[in-house]
Amino acid sequence: MATKVSSLFAGKVLAELKKCGITHIVWLPHSENKAMYETVLRDAGITLVPVCREGECIPIAAGLWMGGKNPAIMHQSTGLFEAGDSIRGLALDMQLSLLMLIGARGWPTPGSPPSPYSWNGIDSAATYLIPILDAWGIKHHLVTNENETGQITSAYKEAQTTSRPVAVLIAKE
Amino acid sequence: MIDSMEAIKVISMARGEAIVVTTMTAKNEWHQASTHRELDFGISGAMSKASSLGFGLALAQPNRKVIIIDGDGSLLMNLGSLVTIANMAPANLIHFVIENGIYRITGGQPTPNSRKVNFSALARDSGYAHSYEFDDPAAFQGKIKNIMEQPGPTFVCLKCPSISERSPHKSPATSPDSVRKFRKMFI
Repeated sequence: MATKVSSLFAGKVLAELKKCGITHIVWLPHSENKAMYETVLRDAGITLVPVCREGECIPIAAGLWMGGKNPAIMHQSTGLFEAGDSIRGLALDMQLSLLMLIGARGWPTPGSPPSPYSWNGIDSAATYLIPILDAWGIKHHLVTNENETGQITSAYKEAQTTSRPVAVLIAKE
Repeated sequence: MIDSMEAIKVISMARGEAIVVTTMTAKNEWHQASTHRELDFGISGAMSKASSLGFGLALAQPNRKVIIIDGDGSLLMNLGSLVTIANMAPANLIHFVIENGIYRITGGQPTPNSRKVNFSALARDSGYAHSYEFDDPAAFQGKIKNIMEQPGPTFVCLKCPSISERSPHKSPATSPDSVRKFRKMFI
């Protein structure tokens, strides 16, 4: 099942990011975060940095961070799998305090229809997400509705205090 | 062909106060030539990411030149970064590629389609403001001032010999402390 981000939700996410002082979002759009893209694009306070593949997000964010900025990254869980060596070699090994907003594709919710991405209706992008984050020791926070967007600020603070990347899994219907 | 160490010395002489991001063999060779190591960042354990990290630095510090010294094998792993960089077109970014046609750091195996890929054309057609290719040391030396001064992003492919032996030069591995020290210069 796909996550869908409404404009209202996107506005709340943006407000949290601004509260954290995020200056740049390095990202690859995915089908579920169109509203987020449009909301951030309209806002002059945060710069969007589009990439061609998710593996670019971490090193670009690392460069921004080293240059004194305060970036976050945003892409789908599938991109997290693709970006593995950047996460290992830069975000983890260099102990970057980095907020990662990850679209949790296929996240199971009560009554959700079978995944259109899989022959058996179960999206393996959701199946492997938590085990892989756990294997890397990346803490994660879950956001499933508008009332939980405060998790973004909590994750940001955790990244700052632990000097590690922290993920926020966006699984809102 | 241009000896890679000689090319790196030419870049070092022209760098001024530029930040320099290096990777793989270029990281080791640059360490010997650099006169501003506090402004250098070498990527040790994440091959191919120099172009992306340098791009991030260029966006963060638009009033300072950022030089990337990449390898052809590294860039082949991250070719999309050419398009990503051209899209935002930081004028302060200069992207050098040492093209030796091999993975020198792993023993000299040829890169895919070695010596047939036109890197400067790839950069130009991706949208870099300027793109060059040099195989003559004097020609490169004669153009370096202009390369450094003009608004970019600028791409420079340096045709170097295929030397299978690992570079005798070494450089220290990057640490979390070095990353933090780097950031402190800018906040």
